[in-house]
Amino acid sequence: MSLLTLEKVTQRFGGLVAVDNVSLNIKQGGITAIIGPNGAGKTTLFNAISGFRTPTEGRVAFNGDDITGLAPERAARRGLVRTFQLVQLFETLTVLENVKVGRHLHTSGGLLSALIPWRARAIEAQVEDIARGLLHRVGLAAQAEMIASALPYGQKRLLEIARALASEPKLLLLDEPAAGLNRTETSRLADVIRVIAAQGVTVLLIEHDMNFVMNIADRVAVLDFGKLIAEGTPTEVQKNKDVIAAYLGTMEAAHA
Amino acid sequence: MMTWLTTTWAEARRAPVLALLWAAAAALVIYVFIGGGYLIAVLHFAAIYVVFVTGLNIFMGFAGQVSFGHNAFAAISGYTSAVLTATHGWEPLPAAALGILGALIAALIVGYPTLRLRGHYLAMATLAIGLIVYEVAVQWQSVTQGYMGISGIPPLGIGRFEVTSDRAILIFLIVVAALGVAAAAGIRHSRLGRAFVAIAGSEDAARALGIDVARYKLAAFLISAFYAAVAGSLFVHAVGFVSPEVYGLHMVVLAFTMLYVGGIGTVAGAALGALVIGILPETVRRFSEYQDLAYGTLLILILIYAPGGLASLSRLSTRRKKEDA
Repeated sequence: MSLLTLEKVTQRFGGLVAVDNVSLNIKQGGITAIIGPNGAGKTTLFNAISGFRTPTEGRVAFNGDDITGLAPERAARRGLVRTFQLVQLFETLTVLENVKVGRHLHTSGGLLSALIPWRARAIEAQVEDIARGLLHRVGLAAQAEMIASALPYGQKRLLEIARALASEPKLLLLDEPAAGLNRTETSRLADVIRVIAAQGVTVLLIEHDMNFVMNIADRVAVLDFGKLIAEGTPTEVQKNKDVIAAYLGTMEAAHA
Repeated sequence: MMTWLTTTWAEARRAPVLALLWAAAAALVIYVFIGGGYLIAVLHFAAIYVVFVTGLNIFMGFAGQVSFGHNAFAAISGYTSAVLTATHGWEPLPAAALGILGALIAALIVGYPTLRLRGHYLAMATLAIGLIVYEVAVQWQSVTQGYMGISGIPPLGIGRFEVTSDRAILIFLIVVAALGVAAAAGIRHSRLGRAFVAIAGSEDAARALGIDVARYKLAAFLISAFYAAVAGSLFVHAVGFVSPEVYGLHMVVLAFTMLYVGGIGTVAGAALGALVIGILPETVRRFSEYQDLAYGTLLILILIYAPGGLASLSRLSTRRKKEDA
């Protein structure tokens, strides 16, 4: 069954068509990558899926329900959680607290449990356990008490992913997770994403780094000038003539 | 008790400047309490501002929003309490309760539409309500007696038990301020408080994690308006007099100074800022005509050497140690 369905999604900004009639099915499980040159409309498509911008036309369905234009916080409640191209951490909080915020949807309690701490003690202990477990999973257990802004860039990316995982997403959208990472960090990130997928979270990511994508993705979709020009396994996509012309071709030309 | 002592000692060693400030504040309270006199009134004032600034910090420090009009909520509550008790002979407690309720309703009316918008709409709206409430207090003479103000407001109490002596009022105000600070600390480390600080950190990230930003902004606004309203009522019953100037724009300026000098965003900073700025003008009073100059110099020194406020002194001293090592 398909977890996420895009039907003829189009996003226009005035005369510019940033996403042009994209239809795509993401099945439950596995890692799908959306690739494409700069300005191909990848992030715009992500915004349309996650509710940060309502598409001009078309329909987004998640788990069988129409979620077109649904606010991000409501999409998150259904299990669709994203990260950002420019890491959006809560910079002044500790690493641990950042992940704790991610538990928001799976805990309850407002003013009353804030004022009567023992009411929430059991839940708070559980939140802390889960948060520390997730930090351990992405390799940030030792940095738990650090202020998030003090982390090096690569670890910030991992923290953002750990925080997203704390909300137990069904579908995790990662917007250029490897951008700005060095080779060691990228391979560490690839390991983390593989583990996430192996544990049953469907991953949809946008990426520039072709090696990374070919390495990690089960399926690849290629956008060019807002249009979906190819979709398939990494090997199929690599052989596709349109893709070579639009994306890989320009890279080869750059190498020559 | 033992564990409390050891953790306090560990905290004090980690942040000696901060511990010194707290110890000085405590010593001052005890000294004034025994000595009595005019300084007790200064401490009344400082304790009331601890309540006001602690509340403002929940909205501005935790949730990262801006309000120039929390004086309005103090004024609505204070004036309601004053008019009902002094003019209509109500008991202080129900009068104060009604005043606080009125302030909350005003906060809801201002906050609900504006907090759904991004940007500075709320800051502008709060500035407006602060000015409007001030004008109403000046112009509605049949009820507020304009600039003359209302005097003869009875002290707080239940039935025959009244908090009348200066010392009793001081104890009462310190207890209320301590409860307010403890509640703010509880909020900061709860799910509610985490949602607030997440909004301050990144609204987009908060939304992506399922936090209803508009709803939590409104919650923070109402909670801080509640603190402001409590402070407003405490003032009229502690002093026994109210006039429009009590809740003028200078209240906002003073609260901002306290918030930034103490350290915005931290519970201890807000309380410490209110105490220090509340007391500081009195301690430099001996410089007579140079009083304002001395006060200003101290403020500038604090902001230069502790730009994160007094509460950041703990972080400063630990950083120094690391550099030394």
